[in-house]
Amino acid sequence: MLESFIFSVLNGVLYGMLLFMLASGLTLIFGMMGVLNFAHASYYMLGAYFAFSISEYAGFWVALILAPIVVGLLGALTERFGLRNVHKHGHVAELLFTFGLVYVIDELVVLIWGRVPVNYQIPDALDFTLFSLYGSQFPAYRGFILLVAIAMFVAIYVLLVRTRVGMIIRASLSHPDMVGALGHNVPRIFTLVFAFGTGLAGLAGVMAGNYFITEPGMAYAMGPIVFVVVVFGGLGSLGGAFVASLIIGLVTTFAVGMNYSVADLLAGMGIAFGQDSVLGINLSRFGLMLPYLMMVLILIVRPRGLMGARES
Amino acid sequence: MKNTMRLVRRSLATVGVAAALAVPAIGSAADDTIKIGLIDPLSGPFANIGDLGVKGFTFLAERINEDGGILGRDVEIVPFDNKGSAQESLQNLREAADEGIQYITQGLGSNVGNALVNGVEKHNRRNPDNRVVYLNFAAVDPALTNEKCSFWHFRFDANSAMKMKAITDSIADQKQVKKVFLINQDYSHGQFISKAGKELLAEKRPDIEIVGDVLHPLGKVKDFSPYISQIESSDADVVISGNWGNDLALLVRAGAQAGLDVDYYTYYGSLVGTPRAIGEAGEGKLKTITEYQENLAVDKNQADLQELGETFEERYAPLEFNVLRTKTELHMLKKAMEKAGTTDPLQVAYAMEGMTLETGMGEVTMRAKDHQLLQPLFISTLTKDYKKYDAEGTGFGWKTDVEIPADETAVPSSCEMKRPPRS
Amino acid sequence: MSRVNTSGSAVLRRLAVWLVAMAVIAILPYIFTSGSSVSMMSQMGIFIIFALSYNMLLGEAGMLSFGHAVYFGLGGTMTLHAINRVNDGAWWFPLELMPLAGGACGLFFGILFGAVTTRRGGVTFAMITLGIGVMVEASAHIFTDFFGGESGVTANRVTDVTVLPFSYGPSIQVYYLIGAWTVVAALVMFLLTRTPLGRISNAVRDNPERAQFVGYNTTITRFVQFSLSGFFAGVAGGLFAILFEIMTAANVGLIQSGGVLLMTFIGGLGVFFGPIIGAVLVIYLQVALSGFSDGWILYFGLLFVLMVMFVPQGIAGVIVAHVAPWRAGLLHRFVVPYALAVVPALLSFVGLVAIIEMGYHLSLSYNPSSPIELFSVEVVATRYLSWAVALLVFAAGIASLRWVTGQIGSRWGDVNRAMDTQGHGND
Repeated sequence: MLESFIFSVLNGVLYGMLLFMLASGLTLIFGMMGVLNFAHASYYMLGAYFAFSISEYAGFWVALILAPIVVGLLGALTERFGLRNVHKHGHVAELLFTFGLVYVIDELVVLIWGRVPVNYQIPDALDFTLFSLYGSQFPAYRGFILLVAIAMFVAIYVLLVRTRVGMIIRASLSHPDMVGALGHNVPRIFTLVFAFGTGLAGLAGVMAGNYFITEPGMAYAMGPIVFVVVVFGGLGSLGGAFVASLIIGLVTTFAVGMNYSVADLLAGMGIAFGQDSVLGINLSRFGLMLPYLMMVLILIVRPRGLMGARES
Repeated sequence: MKNTMRLVRRSLATVGVAAALAVPAIGSAADDTIKIGLIDPLSGPFANIGDLGVKGFTFLAERINEDGGILGRDVEIVPFDNKGSAQESLQNLREAADEGIQYITQGLGSNVGNALVNGVEKHNRRNPDNRVVYLNFAAVDPALTNEKCSFWHFRFDANSAMKMKAITDSIADQKQVKKVFLINQDYSHGQFISKAGKELLAEKRPDIEIVGDVLHPLGKVKDFSPYISQIESSDADVVISGNWGNDLALLVRAGAQAGLDVDYYTYYGSLVGTPRAIGEAGEGKLKTITEYQENLAVDKNQADLQELGETFEERYAPLEFNVLRTKTELHMLKKAMEKAGTTDPLQVAYAMEGMTLETGMGEVTMRAKDHQLLQPLFISTLTKDYKKYDAEGTGFGWKTDVEIPADETAVPSSCEMKRPPRS
Repeated sequence: MSRVNTSGSAVLRRLAVWLVAMAVIAILPYIFTSGSSVSMMSQMGIFIIFALSYNMLLGEAGMLSFGHAVYFGLGGTMTLHAINRVNDGAWWFPLELMPLAGGACGLFFGILFGAVTTRRGGVTFAMITLGIGVMVEASAHIFTDFFGGESGVTANRVTDVTVLPFSYGPSIQVYYLIGAWTVVAALVMFLLTRTPLGRISNAVRDNPERAQFVGYNTTITRFVQFSLSGFFAGVAGGLFAILFEIMTAANVGLIQSGGVLLMTFIGGLGVFFGPIIGAVLVIYLQVALSGFSDGWILYFGLLFVLMVMFVPQGIAGVIVAHVAPWRAGLLHRFVVPYALAVVPALLSFVGLVAIIEMGYHLSLSYNPSSPIELFSVEVVATRYLSWAVALLVFAAGIASLRWVTGQIGSRWGDVNRAMDTQGHGND
């Protein structure tokens, strides 16, 4: 009992941290620019693929640095030549633009790397067992993911709150004209922010691509859940994204272990009811629906999410 | 004035709409080829499997044509992209029928398979002059040869019940196995395996304990470590899973990362892309049940099958040829057409009932009762101890463990087939 | 948007459009006779209704929904169950009216889900609809009695219970049934835009705060509009079910919802007939294009992205923008710039298609060095020359296109100024 609890906590925290790495960039972009970047998971996928290609020539560690930068550059280009023209048409148009971008990026990935999964592996240096717990091994790479995720959180927070650049960025969102009048190039700031956000997504891809599988469907698989995290935590709130990632990671993981149904619980209380109906369905089967249910509930009850600033 | 504008605007719109319907006339004219429509996903997430199908069939058709074709005519494979959707497949069926194609084949997805059986039945009933035969090479839902059986449908892959029978027979023979864990995708395929697995094991080895029976959402789980933790704490010896694609690859990889030591009995361990995705994680543990894998050609001294596989891989590396049943399908079609002396669907379908064919793995029979092919099945393990061919460049290959002869794979069928009159 | 002219001739003119539409629908199968064309046109009819219902939300009330397929799919599934009941002899209900069963189901769920979603607007609303869409799709695999599990629900539309003496077995009969429903549904939705509900929805879309100040309850307005749009989505779903005789979990999912969003947007949000154009175009592309090219998803994505960037008002929006100049007698001023644009556009298009097709061929085809046929020219994708030519053509096209669009832009400026001085404003 304790064993499965500990495993669930470890697994849940890890999954949550992976979600956070993806969600951080998304919530930043929204917070800074008001753009809900549907294509965020596609940049994540690009990060994984670039890491694969780069690591074939130069090894994992070079890829770890280079791939997010390349993705960020692509993001900058997208913003400069695409999104920038769309800002004037409003938020719905921005959303639709990123929506269409998903199709384009996903197909380009297929064109370049093919339809079959690519062999992006965990580097040998990190491919050992960190420790053993109750007979199950905890891979070192997982520890590495945890480290990077926490480092990301700290770095972004410091960058935004404690530096001048961060201050200017935050000001540009609420008072773009004023900031422009003060001599800062606001459009370029937006490009930078978008590049930074997508670069973060790329970094998440580098970390997760070899932990999971790097294949063309990975963007579509990760996309929706990241939105749930960001919305649940509060659009634009980094701390909210962190907390929400942990919560959703843990909830999803614990739900998997719930190998009983409502009818079973009732039976445990002495009430024989509903075994053949909906109530008899194993709760773990609803596990992955739970985050969406949580998102819908929080949007109804508290639309700004856990730690969001204001309702949009 | 304004109303006229609106009128004109609307009329322009309707005319514009009509003009946009410039559908190019589809339909090749006098090609005297025997066309077989291949309906599978050629775009979207499963396109790699559909693509392998197109290449495989086209390759096989070329060889048949080099050998003189069928009844003196060449075979032509016409691919249709169903984008993985059941309704799109019905649209493809209509297009194929329009083009005069009388034989369609499909593999990926029992949802599509079900839709096609339904669609073909209705089409043939409503268009008796333009009938179509549906050759199914991978949709394994047992219903298609049981309650939903159709005269116009022929299945060339062992169905899910047959595979489960073979797997449970093999597990039952292993006396040291005491605990079995079932993990499957939460939809009809996985749900069936879960149910059938429990029933059959209980029958054959009541002493085996089912220590887990998990259904997880299809294609949505990224992190299988919670499930691996469950398997570990249950102390299972063997895992049975009908998972395919990422759901299988991620499961096995997560198991390897946690140091889990179990045997995985799978349906789709050798599906294109899976060995590469799993790699070392499956070494010695990943087992699969199929009608063929490349090293069987070595086991059985089949030189031409080896040559076929090598030529295919040369052309299409990294793809490999291990879907022998597609070859069985085309060759049985050829034999049936030659026996009937015509390509007319009704005559050919009757000719195919009960037909046998020698495939190099053994003799196969198309059971007349339910149009289910009975062929030998093999359980193989992914290992570094393989005979000749490795799987997808991983450095590991398939090694045959168990052979199940064709007649032993048969399961009873509830099919009550309604047959059309012979002429 | 102002006084409605109810004189005899005006009503007749308005009626004439619908009559012309009916005539066109009636004649089309005689022009495009193949079975797959009839099937494609049937799908167009269905998606016209679906896209119009979606426009009730997005275009008229400003509600961006990512889960509209829920009502479409649930409506269709309910319709199949109803047809099965009729086939079993349990119910008596004519096939022609079966889409009403779908509509009723769509209305029911529209009310049910609408009650929770319409309290919020904007992005919040959009995310709630996304969440509901995902949950319904996921539950389709769990509630297999209703959804039929992975293979879905099937039915036989030849129920022998009909009002008119047709069996509806042959697809041409189903086409006319769908055509009739398309006209009726479109007419009703059009009339709805003319009702107070339609006008107030527009107000809520344009400025919710002001609408509230004037005294309208934004939540109730959105709720009613949402429920009604669910009804029509359900009708479309019912017709879809009759056409294909099968509904699966995919019909309630994100991809189907994304598709109707695409159609409506491409056609044009601000104009009633916009979604009609969008539905026709997108269905045509989906059915015909995927037969021509495996890269149809990429073309789609590019089309969508380019439209959002340069033509966000949609095709209908572009058409409508030319009405004012036409009325002012200035339309002829555009002839030359538009004519000039033809060649650059063609060059860009040809170049782009060549690049994409060669790319797909090289990357994914059976035999990469075999020639492909591009616009009746045989091209070998593995030769550098082919790529050089394609890139050159594309670059030339884009460069000249940029120049031409500059010309067109300044011509629009001239025309607008001319219209201002003539005293014809934009209505």
